[in-house]
Amino acid sequence: MADTTSMPMEASLAKVLVQRRAVILGLVILAVFGAAAILAPVITPFEPAAMSVRNRLTAPNATWWLGTDEFGRDIFTRLIYAGRVSLLVGGGVAIISSLIGIALGLAGGFFRRLDGPVSRVIDAMMAFPDILLAISLVAALGGSLINVVLALSIVYAPRIARVVRASTLVIRELAYVEAARALGVATWRILVHHLLRNMVSPIIVQATFIFAYAMLAEAGLSFLGVGIDPETPTWGTMINTGRQYIDTAGWMILFPGISITLCVLALQLVGDGLRDALDPRISKEL
Amino acid sequence: MLTYIAKRFVGMAVVMFIVLTVVFVIVRLAPGDPAALMLGPEATPEDAMALRERLGLNRPIFVQYASFLGQIASGDLGSSLFFNRPVLDVLAGRAEPTVFLSLFSLIIAIVIALPIGLVSAYTRGSLFDQASVSTAMLAASVPSFWTGLLFQQYLATKTGWFPVAGYGGPDADFFDRMRHLILPSIVLGIVNSALILRFSRAAMLDVLSDDFVRTARAKGMSEWRVVLRHALKNALIPIVTVVGLTFALLISGAVVTERVFNLPGIGSLVVGAVLRRDYPVIQGTLIVVAGLYVLINFLVDMLYLAIDPRVKY
Repeated sequence: MADTTSMPMEASLAKVLVQRRAVILGLVILAVFGAAAILAPVITPFEPAAMSVRNRLTAPNATWWLGTDEFGRDIFTRLIYAGRVSLLVGGGVAIISSLIGIALGLAGGFFRRLDGPVSRVIDAMMAFPDILLAISLVAALGGSLINVVLALSIVYAPRIARVVRASTLVIRELAYVEAARALGVATWRILVHHLLRNMVSPIIVQATFIFAYAMLAEAGLSFLGVGIDPETPTWGTMINTGRQYIDTAGWMILFPGISITLCVLALQLVGDGLRDALDPRISKEL
Repeated sequence: MLTYIAKRFVGMAVVMFIVLTVVFVIVRLAPGDPAALMLGPEATPEDAMALRERLGLNRPIFVQYASFLGQIASGDLGSSLFFNRPVLDVLAGRAEPTVFLSLFSLIIAIVIALPIGLVSAYTRGSLFDQASVSTAMLAASVPSFWTGLLFQQYLATKTGWFPVAGYGGPDADFFDRMRHLILPSIVLGIVNSALILRFSRAAMLDVLSDDFVRTARAKGMSEWRVVLRHALKNALIPIVTVVGLTFALLISGAVVTERVFNLPGIGSLVVGAVLRRDYPVIQGTLIVVAGLYVLINFLVDMLYLAIDPRVKY
């Protein structure tokens, strides 16, 4: 983003974003969860795995802000540490699926011969329901944090690939790309400098939504007991164990659920705001 | 028209070929000996050897691939290692709750989302519009299993309004079984209504600013006639598309919702198969569900023909 020509557009983009209260709300929520995840050991005096059997299933009070679980572990502490995992998975999936999707989409959109095969592969991958494909991949790869990120990245990469392919098809035909080709600019340079740099915005919008979907999917996998190993606290596993105590200790599932909802909502608010800001046609309508 | 359908069939065949290849690769991604993994730690090397033989795992990978494709093409999805029955039979035995859960929740989602989406678009920018758009976004952000647990607790366990879980036991008649699907369908319906609401609102917004709507108004046509006869009819195409796409979403939602309400459907079957490493069942479910998705989207395209006389293939 070093070239000066794109500066005015980006400046106005930032302005449009800040003008939207919903986007600010989303960013604030994300900042709070992000800060809590990073500063976890500073915020809470407890260890996420520290048990206190005498205090098991204690309702929220001054010491245990959000109560304790079946082993007397502090829910607030576990919530923060679980947030680390959930945000890591969401962010990791957003980045890795973008990388895979960009490679696929550019290949399909730019090289006509590859377009048919790449499009069919995208179609085929989209035919699998996301949770079902993710479960199967995790079953095959094994349930570790990295494998869950990898599995979900494979699940969501086709969404990025579709966006990149569509943008490539349009930009490829523009005069400046033709000029670059005529000048003998290397193909990879055209792909990165002329094509990719001009579709950064739609990719970021899509990646933001994938961040949200991946957090929901990870929670779903953990809830089903086929995600990250159950010893690692995630919001999904916290709800899964909490359901057995729903009658006596409702707080065990209440707070992880609220956390997932808030994060996903915040990401959707930001994603929506970005999309509207980038598409002047829509922003006028709203 | 016929050439178009023929072309579509070829395209569908290619997509299904890739689906099969992906499934083949996934099942063989597992590190180590799949036979030993499937049998668990107590199995003897002889057992593993026998299973490898039975599944053809000691043949070269391309031979395995070719025989896998041939087997699927002849309609044979293999046998479940756990149930010791053909995968198709196992799937058929578990299909009822999933099919009806998906169907009911789709109906509920449409009944909630379509009217709200239309009124939202019609009163764009109003308080109602803002409230419904925000609510839809919230509904799309809540994990469905969490909503499910809360609904189960407050609308079933505590109040007794709905059956808490299960599918009515082995002797339950059809009506009783369907009664057990009401609450799960409501949960899944609410989750899925978000997407349909956004799409129907957007489609309606698009159409309402079209020339023919203005013309209809200029002719002095009554407002509700303009909206329902002229606008809605034209907004239906994108709405039908999204209903087709919702299928994948419904199945994903059903997998998790079935687990919450302990329904013996395809979702519970797959989760169980993953925990038991029953690869033929995982493989068969992926193939059948992806195949249904491809088929439904083909039917949706055909439906365009019926809805919109301008669409000609």
